[in-house]
Amino acid sequence: MTRTSMTHREKLLVALSGIFALSFAAAPQAKAMHIMEGYLPGGFCIAWGLLCLPFLLAGFFSIRKTIQENRKALILLAMSGAFIFVISSLKIPSVTGSCSHMTGTGLGAILFSPSCVSILGIIVLLFQAILLAHGGLTTLGANTFSMAIAGPFLAWGLYALLKRLKVNRRVSIFLAAALGDLFTYCVTSLQLALAYPSQEGGIAASAVKFLGVFAPTQLPLAIIEGILTVVIVIALESYAEPELKLIGYYKEAK
Amino acid sequence: MKKRHMSKNTKTVLILLVIAALIAIVPLFARKGASFGGSDDAGSVMVEEVRGEEYEPWFTPVLEDLLGGELPGEVESLLFCIQTGIGVGIIAFFMGRLVERKKWMNKYKEEEQDKKENTDYAGD
Repeated sequence: MTRTSMTHREKLLVALSGIFALSFAAAPQAKAMHIMEGYLPGGFCIAWGLLCLPFLLAGFFSIRKTIQENRKALILLAMSGAFIFVISSLKIPSVTGSCSHMTGTGLGAILFSPSCVSILGIIVLLFQAILLAHGGLTTLGANTFSMAIAGPFLAWGLYALLKRLKVNRRVSIFLAAALGDLFTYCVTSLQLALAYPSQEGGIAASAVKFLGVFAPTQLPLAIIEGILTVVIVIALESYAEPELKLIGYYKEAK
Repeated sequence: MKKRHMSKNTKTVLILLVIAALIAIVPLFARKGASFGGSDDAGSVMVEEVRGEEYEPWFTPVLEDLLGGELPGEVESLLFCIQTGIGVGIIAFFMGRLVERKKWMNKYKEEEQDKKENTDYAGD
């Protein structure tokens, strides 16, 4: 009983957030890195944190369910988490002359669900905030929302859509992962713009400015992220077929 | 048959990895002399520009408080390496197991096949 109602609630949450994420997808493309410690006013920190809570809860339930029902799928979950660890630790030089890093959240979102990734993502963000002074504890909510929620949800939604349109699977994965990465940085720009509206032009002008900083840097990195995600999926398809079947990866879209 | 299928995948993977490496390396040569700082810092600079005044973060990273200053650059790269290491370790461990398992599964399948053929002959 409880299990069913939970699943139902999860589904509802996922559906709502999907709509939410997609409504943001119409915003101009851009990106940004994690927001630094202390760079967001207190009210915004709390608001973004609260916004993350339902997603984290849904992620927690969904991971618990995975563990209970499919112990074997844990391998894939661990690998998705590890993939985020690796990818988000690599700072890569970009054409703009500055460095940025990728998110790596697309893989988990495609294989499992975006809410699962929110848990995996917050682990990485905590690691970086505490040990590396990269991102921050006060901005954890905002960073979790952009990297571990908005990006994965876009990736997941896009992948589902492309699957339905019968686009080649590898192409779909590439697009989903790359655009999910880009979208993460769009959301960060928006978060900064909301907190720091421009004196002339307000939030929109400010958002464009922040996007200008992050977008050109991140674009090539998003392409790399798409490529790496496809590579690891090819590896999994070759060697982890039974597990992929278990989590319904091969299921055709209805 | 199976061999050819594998090598096609291998080829795809290799080509993709080369492209990824090129995208990462080319900027280094294309933009000689650029500092390649983090875009986080660029973001902070932009915050100040948008506000039109200097911004003092109201909270400093916990570790910096404890250390009484910024994390030394070398130590920071150490921690980043640890992060990469943890991730690569987990992926490599599981991939190793899966690759080995596939080998055994193929072998097992062949043996089953052989056994079946043998019994078929015996039946004649």
